[in-house]
Amino acid sequence: MAIISSAHAAEAEPETQATHESVGAPGGEAHHEGGFPPFQTENFAPQLVWLVLIFGLLYLLMSRLALPRVGGIIENREMKIAGDLDASREMQAKAEAAAAANDENLRLRREEAQTIGREAQQKIASEAAARRAHAESEAAEKIRAAEERITAAKSAALANVEEIAVDAAAAIVEKLTGAPVDRSRLAAEYKSVN
Amino acid sequence: MSTEVAAAPNPIEQFELHRYFPHEMVGVETSFTNASLYMLLAALGVVFLMLIATSRKAVVPGRFQALAEMLYEFVANTVRSTAGKEGMTFFPFVFSLFSFILIANLIGLIPYTYSVTSQLVVTGAFALLVITLVTAYGFYRHGFGFLNLFVPHGVPLPVLIILVPIEIISFLSRPVSLSIRLFANMLAGHVTLAVFGGFVVLLLAAGGVYTALAPVPLLAIVALYALELLVACLQAFVFAVLTCVYLNDAIHPGH
Repeated sequence: MAIISSAHAAEAEPETQATHESVGAPGGEAHHEGGFPPFQTENFAPQLVWLVLIFGLLYLLMSRLALPRVGGIIENREMKIAGDLDASREMQAKAEAAAAANDENLRLRREEAQTIGREAQQKIASEAAARRAHAESEAAEKIRAAEERITAAKSAALANVEEIAVDAAAAIVEKLTGAPVDRSRLAAEYKSVN
Repeated sequence: MSTEVAAAPNPIEQFELHRYFPHEMVGVETSFTNASLYMLLAALGVVFLMLIATSRKAVVPGRFQALAEMLYEFVANTVRSTAGKEGMTFFPFVFSLFSFILIANLIGLIPYTYSVTSQLVVTGAFALLVITLVTAYGFYRHGFGFLNLFVPHGVPLPVLIILVPIEIISFLSRPVSLSIRLFANMLAGHVTLAVFGGFVVLLLAAGGVYTALAPVPLLAIVALYALELLVACLQAFVFAVLTCVYLNDAIHPGH
């Protein structure tokens, strides 16, 4: 209503504008009708018709096509970001679980390695001890055999010494006395001296 | 002297309607005019931004798509904050209104163009459209309960006798203020720019000391132009926000 009333007010204006025109600017074609262009009622119809047409089309394009599309783009992005965040959170949880499993695995393997090492060490130590014991017993055996042989040899040698001493004593006595000597007597004498 | 006055540009000339293709249909003039051309350009600007720039539907937006999304979210937030969630029914309408007025205002600031929104018939048509929509939707949604809009809640009866007519007058003056605000802002801005432009021409033509003074109004134009850019955006925003406020009244008529 207000628009129409102001339009009517504009219609009343040409009288006052007419004086303006004679003083003022050069006559453009619109000035023949007189008046301030936004208030010239004969200009209303063509503007209104095209405005309704163009704005109507614009509204249709916006409401049917553009706004759902832009809204869809924004919603899509939000969903994608939310989805990506969820996925990354999941991946992180997985990675943490994997890291924990890896740590546990590592710990177990280390323990295993330690037990293996310990066992190997023990085995080697026991083997070495056994071998040493074996070697020592062998050596002791040999020593004992050698000692036996030595005592045998010694006693044999001592027996020889007796014979030699008896022989020597017999020879000396024979030389000195010139008479044959009783060897058994000499051997008994030797034994009593020794 | 008279030749110099004739050489000065006429600041009103820019608002004249030029009929490019005179035409008439069933007794109504439907000529294609410069107003039609610039309405078309403004609408095409909006269509380019909202339809062509968003055609790739990129998740990572390009420059224009980012602008389109910004505009979308800006208007959506405005509607949601002033008219509530139910007001989003009118989001396409408010968006079309805001974007069309904004682009038309901005195109109008380019020299030698025509400002669609500096015509009372255009802003008046928008204002009438808004108020008709508000009234129709109010009655559609609340029936006669919509009339509660004029009866503030919890006010004693004697005061109501004075208050109700005031409320009715204020409601009826809404389309007037809505249309005049935008129209007058755009008109005044463009007239001012043209007048200062005329000063530059006059001073240059006057010769001597006056010629040396010619840059002064030119600097004023630069400053005014910045102001007009602000006004162009602000008035489009004001128009959209007031539309939302009025729609909010239609959705929730109780004060």
